[in-house]
Amino acid sequence: MSTTKDQTVLDQEEAELARQWTGRIRRLLVDALPPDKLLPDRQPSYLSSWIYIFGALTIGGLALVILTGTVLALEGPQWWHVSSIGLFVNSMHLWSVEFFFFFMVIHLWGKFFMAAWRGNRQLTWMTGVVTFFFSIGAGFTGYVSQTNFDSQWIATQAKDGINATGAGAFVNALNFGQMLMWHIVLLPAAVVALTGLHILMVRHKGIVTPIEVNGTEVPHQGTQSESDPS
Amino acid sequence: MTLSFLAALINLDKPGVFLHWGVIQISLANVIVIGLMVAVFLLAIFIPFDRKSRRR
Repeated sequence: MSTTKDQTVLDQEEAELARQWTGRIRRLLVDALPPDKLLPDRQPSYLSSWIYIFGALTIGGLALVILTGTVLALEGPQWWHVSSIGLFVNSMHLWSVEFFFFFMVIHLWGKFFMAAWRGNRQLTWMTGVVTFFFSIGAGFTGYVSQTNFDSQWIATQAKDGINATGAGAFVNALNFGQMLMWHIVLLPAAVVALTGLHILMVRHKGIVTPIEVNGTEVPHQGTQSESDPS
Repeated sequence: MTLSFLAALINLDKPGVFLHWGVIQISLANVIVIGLMVAVFLLAIFIPFDRKSRRR
């Protein structure tokens, strides 16, 4: 084959590769989230406040919830009700949820007062809002999945409330199997997936700049070295 | 190691304490948690962040 023919074949191959859906998706993802944006080395100088740590603390809480929940699922109700280590892991599961919500609500307050949806960040904000609602559902189904008198009491009370909203046809708090599967499969999957999406949106759009003070716009998305060289 | 001293600190083996304020009814435990959240929120805003160790 001649060199020109070789080049033509190569060009055709390249054009074919460019059309493939795998390549198109890869280019789309790399453009949206280049590695240095996905895992940055430096952060903007305005992040030097404790109020910015609560998102990460919430993720820590979620990780502990998933970890302890996995152990509870492995061992089962008798273990978490009777054995001392089971009671300990059960308590860890409860307290990690308490911390998860504690940090998430402070994160929410902080972001609300920053108006963190500014700068085309509405999807970042909304994924957080939806994650919050799914988390409440996960917490509720957890309360009714304890397999004790407490969970029975909560379920009998909740079913009236849920029926009053008209959602009783789809959600029956007294249906233990349904509640348990929502608690250990559907809702955790939704919360983890939405949290992942939320974090990717944060990385994609960057962390919102502070609201301008006295009419002075704060430098947008500068790295620490750029905006604060000292 | 026994942690029974923690159990003695707050007796949970009794009905919860509820506060009433007009139509609002809330358990004391929830009020304490919300108060702690507000306190941590304010501390996070007002306590200076250690920037020296993070500067390059």
